[in-house]
Amino acid sequence: MSFPESSRATQGLVIDEQLIFERPPGACSGASLPEAGVPESDPAGEIPEEYLRGEIEGMPCLYEPEVVRHFVRLSQLNWSLDTGFYPLGSCTMKYNPKSSEAAARLPGFAHVHPLLAEEKTQGALELMWRLERALAEITGFEAVTLQPAAGAHGELTGMLIIRAAHVAKGKPRHKVLVPDSAHGTNPATSAFAGFSVVELKSGPHGYLEPETVAAAMDEDVAGIMLTNPNTLGIFESNIAKIAKIVHAKGGYVYGDGANLNALLGRARPGDLGVDVMHMNLHKTFATPHGGGGPGAGPVGVVKELEPFLPAPVVIKDGERYRLQFDRPQSIGRMRTFWGNFGVLVRAWAYIRELGPQGLKAVSDLAVLNANYVRALLEEAYHLPYETASLHEVVLSDKKQKEHGVTTMDIAKRLIDHGFHPPTIYFPLIVGGALMIEPTETESKANVEAFAAAMKSIAQEAKEAPEAVKAAPTRAYRERLDEVKAARKPVLRWKPLGEV
Amino acid sequence: MASVPTSLKYTKDHEWVKVEGNIATIGVTAFAAEQLGDVVYVELPKVGAQAKAGATMGVVESTKAVSDVFFPVSGTIKEANEPLADAPETINQDPYEKGWFIKVEMSDASELEKLWDAPKYEEHVKASAH
Repeated sequence: MSFPESSRATQGLVIDEQLIFERPPGACSGASLPEAGVPESDPAGEIPEEYLRGEIEGMPCLYEPEVVRHFVRLSQLNWSLDTGFYPLGSCTMKYNPKSSEAAARLPGFAHVHPLLAEEKTQGALELMWRLERALAEITGFEAVTLQPAAGAHGELTGMLIIRAAHVAKGKPRHKVLVPDSAHGTNPATSAFAGFSVVELKSGPHGYLEPETVAAAMDEDVAGIMLTNPNTLGIFESNIAKIAKIVHAKGGYVYGDGANLNALLGRARPGDLGVDVMHMNLHKTFATPHGGGGPGAGPVGVVKELEPFLPAPVVIKDGERYRLQFDRPQSIGRMRTFWGNFGVLVRAWAYIRELGPQGLKAVSDLAVLNANYVRALLEEAYHLPYETASLHEVVLSDKKQKEHGVTTMDIAKRLIDHGFHPPTIYFPLIVGGALMIEPTETESKANVEAFAAAMKSIAQEAKEAPEAVKAAPTRAYRERLDEVKAARKPVLRWKPLGEV
Repeated sequence: MASVPTSLKYTKDHEWVKVEGNIATIGVTAFAAEQLGDVVYVELPKVGAQAKAGATMGVVESTKAVSDVFFPVSGTIKEANEPLADAPETINQDPYEKGWFIKVEMSDASELEKLWDAPKYEEHVKASAH
C-alpha cells in the first residue's frame, strides 16, 4: 500500500510534522489585506540597501489553516502536566488547577491596564496587597514584594537587598557562603550581585553542619544562601544553629524557597532564622511553568530589611489601595508595572481555594508521595543518603552501572514505559543522580505505575542491559545524538542540500 | 577503570602534570573524563597569561555538567592544545597524551612537592567514587 506524500503528516492520525520551511515554497499569501489608505512608500527610500531583500529563499506557501495546524501539531508533540506524569526533581511539576486559570481569565483581571488610574484598578491592587500578606503569613516574614519575574530573579532581588543593607550600615561585605547542595542558581546569583562565592561542603548526612559554617564565617561574609529543603530533598535541620552563627557575625541568611512545597503549614522559614527568601509561585502555588515561563518569584523579608524592598509596594490607605513609590532606601524597581500579574491572580486563587488546611495537606501529600517512591525503589536503586526525604528523593545508578547501564539509559528507557524521565545528573554531589519529585497531585496508582516501570528497568539492566542502552525504541524519535548536537550545533535552518 | 600512569603527578581535583625540565604539561585524568562523560566544549587559557596554582585554568563542558579545571602549578602559559576546541572528544579518547590542555613554564618548582604520585591519586579515586 502506498500513500501520496501529502498525507504523510497525519498517517494513522499519528503526527509526524515537518519543519515549516520544508513545505514547498511559492508566491502566495494566506492573508487578504485591504487597501492601505495611505500612500505607498518604497522601502528602498527608507531602509539601507544592505538590510533589504527582494525575496526570502525557500519561503513556504501557506494559508491560515495550514499555519494553525502546523503549530497545533507541534504543540501535540509536547509532553505536559496535562498529558501525564512529570517527575522532574527540583522543578515541582504539579498539576495546575483549571479553577486558577478561570480566575486569571476574568475580564477584570485579564484586560486591566497597569497605567489606568488607581481608582480604576482597586480590585487588582487589593489582590496584590492580600497576596503579599498571605505569602508573608505562610512563610513567616514581615513583608513581601511581588515584583520578581521568576525564582532566580527573586534570588537576585534578595541578594541586592542584603548588599544594600550592609552598605546602609556603612560596611559593604564581599563574600557569600553557598553549600554544595544548594540550587545551581545560588552561586550564580551571588556572583551576579557582585559577591565572591565560598562553597561549603555538606556533611555526611546530606545537610550542612554548623561547624562548617562557623569555620567559614567572618565579618566580610554578607550572608549565606541556603536551599531548604536542599537539592537532596533533605531538610537542613541545623538551620536555626546556622542562622545564629551567621547573625552573630552580622551576616544575613538567604533562604532559597524554591522547595517550599515541602513546608507549607508545617514550618515557616521566617521562624527558623531566615532573613530573606524567594518563593516560586509557579512551583509551590501551582501556576503554570516550563518552557520559559512566565513565573513569579516573590521575596519575603524580616522587618529590618523591609526598607530595601523594590519600589513600588502596594499599601492600604484607609479603604483605598495605592502604589507607594517614595521609598528612599529601596533597591529600586526589579520589574516593570505589576510584575507577572496573571501569575499572581492564579496563585491567589490557589491559596484561597485550598485555605490553610488545604495548603498543609499539599505539603503532607507531596512528602508522602516522595517517600512512597523511595520506599518502593530503595532496594532496586542505590540511595546515596539515608537521611529522611521530604518532597523529593535522590537515587543513583550505582547498582545498574555494574551492568554498564547508566542514569542516561534509565531515563531513556522510562520514555518507552510512557513516563517523562526525572531530573538526571543533578545534584552534582551524587554521581549519576536520579532526582524524583512526584508532587502531591499524583495518585497512589500513578506513583506505583512509575515505580513499577523503574523496577522493571532495574531488572532489565541485569538481564538484558543492551535493551536499556538502546532505549528509547517506542518514542517518536529514537535516541538522539546529544553529543553531536552539543559539539556541532546547527543553529540556523538552511535549505535542504546546503546543510 | 583505566590505569593511572606512574610517570605523572596528580591533584585532588583530577588534573595530571607531566614534568619535563621546568615545563609542566597539564591535563585531566581518565577518571575525570569518565565522570564528566562526553566532553562537548573546552575553554583553555590564553598563551602568555599567568598561571596561579589553585586558580581556575579553564572550563570543561559535557552533556551532563560544566566543570572548572584548576592550575596545579604557577608560571607562564607557553602553549595551549588548540585542536581540542574542535575535537573535545580527544579528552575522552586519549586523556594522557593527545588530550593535554596546556604547557606551563613553572615559576616555583617547589609546588610540585604538593602534588600526588600515582598510588596516592588512585587511593583518592577509590575513596571519591560515590
